[in-house]
Amino acid sequence: MSNKHLMTGNEAAAEAAIQAGCRYYYGYPITPQNELMNHMAMRMPQVGGTFIQAESEIAAIYMAYGSAAAGARVMTSSSSPGISLKQEGISYLAGSELPCVIVNVQRGGPGLGDISPSQADYFQAVKGGGHGDYHTLVLAPSSVQELADLVYDAFDLADRYRNPVMVLGDAQLGQMVEPVEFSRPPRTYFPKKKWAITGAEGRPRNIIKSFYPVKGELEEFNLYLQRKYQKIEEKEVRYEEINTYYSEIALVAYGTCARICKEVIRKASPLGYRIGLLRPISLWPFPKEALRNLSERVKAFLVIEMSAGQMVEDVRLSVLGRCPVHFYGRTGGGVPSSKAVLEKVLEIIPTVSAGPLEMAEMGLPPKVD
Amino acid sequence: MTEKVILVGYGGQGMMLFGRLLAQAAMLDGKQVTFFPSYGTEVRGGTACYHLIVSTEEIYSPVVEEADTLIAMNQPAYLKSRDYLRPNSLLLLNSSMVRREDNYNGIEVYEIPATEIANELGNVVASNMVMMGAYNYIKKLISIPLFLNCLKQTLRGKKAALYEINKLALERGEEYLKNAYLLKAPTI
Repeated sequence: MSNKHLMTGNEAAAEAAIQAGCRYYYGYPITPQNELMNHMAMRMPQVGGTFIQAESEIAAIYMAYGSAAAGARVMTSSSSPGISLKQEGISYLAGSELPCVIVNVQRGGPGLGDISPSQADYFQAVKGGGHGDYHTLVLAPSSVQELADLVYDAFDLADRYRNPVMVLGDAQLGQMVEPVEFSRPPRTYFPKKKWAITGAEGRPRNIIKSFYPVKGELEEFNLYLQRKYQKIEEKEVRYEEINTYYSEIALVAYGTCARICKEVIRKASPLGYRIGLLRPISLWPFPKEALRNLSERVKAFLVIEMSAGQMVEDVRLSVLGRCPVHFYGRTGGGVPSSKAVLEKVLEIIPTVSAGPLEMAEMGLPPKVD
Repeated sequence: MTEKVILVGYGGQGMMLFGRLLAQAAMLDGKQVTFFPSYGTEVRGGTACYHLIVSTEEIYSPVVEEADTLIAMNQPAYLKSRDYLRPNSLLLLNSSMVRREDNYNGIEVYEIPATEIANELGNVVASNMVMMGAYNYIKKLISIPLFLNCLKQTLRGKKAALYEINKLALERGEEYLKNAYLLKAPTI
């Protein structure tokens, strides 16, 4: 027997959090992330942790704020409409420099939307979402295994930078059942939190706040935050590049869409088309540098999203007009089919080359990975 | 080898368990699996749809666009999912509850009265295992002992008593298929 478990993405995210030392979970039910809460409700009592089904999403995020301020590893989760409700609290967490992991299993929007997969919360996740000049680190898994792995990493990153970290999934990832292995050490980085509020006996008191009313103080704090964000942008960029070296067209996609793009590459390869994929794993910090470099090699980009076009803006900002950036997206719970993406690719190909080149002409075998 | 299966039926006809057990067994067999259950608005008596991909290679897209096999347990679910079929697909119908609609060119169709067979055995809920027996006999996707082992792991406690009838249903499904189709096939 292997150590593999067959689990939904939601369950895997919850189990990974437990194994990463998270002992406090607060949430409010919403489809399609309920299995996550369910798993937490079952597991937290087993490991001596705390599970609370809060009275609302807003209550849940502030409970998380409290546990984070006390130095604990804490997580909350929701799906799109619920994450909107949490935005105030996320801004407060960022303003108070509190580590916290937030899982967003995205569904269709705006408003109450539907319960189908979506990537339309990209702007909200990477551009701030709440008020003020702040960033959350945003990690975007594309399989159940990676979802579990990134939840581990999210806790480490949150503690390392004293910053909220969002794991951005979607309904497809949350509901999908795949094998997952929890073989990593339970704690990779769990620092002493000297800043935490743990009772000030025998030491100067700690203060956790995001309120700086004295003129000048807040600007100073903001400048400090920006320096921290810059450090994150330098150190924490993650992405995967597939087949890009000899490609004329590079697909750019994350999460579920990235997997569909891999399927497209597999289908296009026997036809003789050279298509690559750049898959951002960290959406903030965004792999700008990698895209910039790639823009010098490829002739066009095609961004695939389950939105009306959000990440495509960051791709354009990274590429800065060096080559055309095309877009194909589905909205409102629609999932792009590999067939439709391939058709879009075939539409673009005449604009970058005369036609399919035989891989043999380049002395290269068709290759997917 | 990649096998993309779509399992459809009424909520309560055991398609979820069927898919999950297949996925479990395939995983233990060292294969890659992705199982995507429908969720949310489905209720008992409504149609439920499950997508399963089993492969010896890495599974890229988790979305089934064209099914290698469609297993349909009731009429509405069957009509709803017919579009997933392509030439050379395998179609297994629970003929107790599904009437075949039209002539499919190039689609291999097997009709198995799964509900009736399960009923004869004394438990109508075991119709999913009848279909499993027939399906696996055609596709040879996984070894039956491994599948039965997964079934045993799942049916624990109060449900342990159901193991034998499920096992029997599996065998009857296989038997029915052999008798109704394969033994009658002209030998060359």
